[in-house]
Amino acid sequence: MKQHSFEAQHEATWARIEESLTQPSRYRNSQVLSEHYLLLCQHLAIAKERLYDTALVDRLNNLVLALYRELYRYRSETRLNLFAFFRRDFPLSIYRHRYFILVALLVFVLPGLAAGTWAYFEEDAIYSLIDARQVGQIERMYDPEARVLGREREADTDIYMFGFYIKNNIGIAFRCFAGGMLLGIGTLLVLLFNGMFIGGIAGHLTRLDYVDTFYPFVVGHGSFELTAIVFSGAAGLKLGYALVNPGPFSRLDSLRLAGREVVPMIYGIVLMLLVAAFLEAFWSSSTLISSGTKYGVGAGLWALVLLYCFSGRRHEPG
Amino acid sequence: MLDTRYRVEIPGGIYLEAQVVGPIPRCFAFAIDLVIRAVFMFVLSLVSLPFGISGVGGGFLLIGLFALEWLYPVAFEVFWRGQTPGKRILGIAVINDDLTPVTLGTSMVRNLLRTVDFLPLFYLAGLVTMLSNRRFQRLGDLAAGTLVISLRESARAAPVRDVEPLAPSTPLLRTEQISIIEFLQRSPQLSAPRQRELAAILEGITHDSGDDGVGQLHRIGAWFLGLR
Repeated sequence: MKQHSFEAQHEATWARIEESLTQPSRYRNSQVLSEHYLLLCQHLAIAKERLYDTALVDRLNNLVLALYRELYRYRSETRLNLFAFFRRDFPLSIYRHRYFILVALLVFVLPGLAAGTWAYFEEDAIYSLIDARQVGQIERMYDPEARVLGREREADTDIYMFGFYIKNNIGIAFRCFAGGMLLGIGTLLVLLFNGMFIGGIAGHLTRLDYVDTFYPFVVGHGSFELTAIVFSGAAGLKLGYALVNPGPFSRLDSLRLAGREVVPMIYGIVLMLLVAAFLEAFWSSSTLISSGTKYGVGAGLWALVLLYCFSGRRHEPG
Repeated sequence: MLDTRYRVEIPGGIYLEAQVVGPIPRCFAFAIDLVIRAVFMFVLSLVSLPFGISGVGGGFLLIGLFALEWLYPVAFEVFWRGQTPGKRILGIAVINDDLTPVTLGTSMVRNLLRTVDFLPLFYLAGLVTMLSNRRFQRLGDLAAGTLVISLRESARAAPVRDVEPLAPSTPLLRTEQISIIEFLQRSPQLSAPRQRELAAILEGITHDSGDDGVGQLHRIGAWFLGLR
């Protein structure tokens, strides 16, 4: 069949589909689309096999592509099933990333402990880690004297701090993950510096005996926040490791597979950091709640997070 | 060879092709999105600043900044089938590398990794990566398995009319027939001297030169198209 007769025979069908694709998607009938999709696949195959000209092949190709994009619009992954995610997917993903989590944890905690010990035993050590202005700010924040004089922060300041924690802390976790693309080195540096920063501050404030203001403040949201930072480090390291040691795959394929596998971790990290920011702004900062309560709730939250983290193994098939 | 076509085999038993998009349209799309985000930010600050920069207003401002930086591209790509407003204006879309629409997971990965594409400044790493692979993928695209394609259709050839079909004097291969058909269809876009130049190559078939050769080729093309 010559191209001209082929076009004459099917022009009406093609025009109708093109017309229906311009309409808003909610009016489209997916069954009609899928029937047309198969028909058009056949037309495209015929046009290519008979070497019809590029204009026609392009037109059919674009039609099939549009139908294909239409048919595969609603996919189960898009409709995130939150219950199944919390119950199974996230813990399972944590379990499968356990070695990366362990490495991230060590790179985060060990330098933190070292910096903390150093800052605790040596007065000027903190100034080698953090610049003096920032140290002064942090000292004022946790100064017990100021607390006695101060009053309950107004609620609107809490909202400001909520915004601040979301903007900054989640940003840090995202950068920590993204650093994995630099062969994992970026991730390691973010973990290292944040570990030393947090450890140094803790050591320094303990040295100044600001214990009763600092620890009750951090114990609650720390459970979610520190864990999430370690998780984002693990996700970043996974990308880096996929590039460094691709195994049987090409480096590109290995990276892509890793990119797919870390997705549940990313969802989890975002949700945990939102909880952390909420706790930090509205619970940790409250001066109406006694230190004892904060320690108690903090211990409960830590236990909850840790238990949850170790609950993934039983979901591993086989 | 520089070929921007991307081929993938889809269920349906055929290869589907898409045109991947290079850095220039993507930069334009990004710039448009940047302007839109700046406008949003401006409006948000007008609304929220009366509530105090270090209070509720400042809080909402920071949440807004966070949302515009991280949420804006993901939300649009997932709910608007791979298109942010900038991409929609440019007629391009993000798509998974199997040509299915981008999903929440892949969109998040490619947008979170923007941070490394930005390094060391102004998306230099992203640009270098884009130019060093055939599919113009930046680092985030490589990890997420996504690419940016053009949804613009190439200009459709005007239907051929008023050409008297003519059988060629010698049998021709199908690929040669295609060349002659496309010569006919593209002739409105080619200047007359260029057409004469191209037709001169085929004098062996047309046995004519100059405008007569061009006319002969058009008629043979019409014959191959099946206009009879």
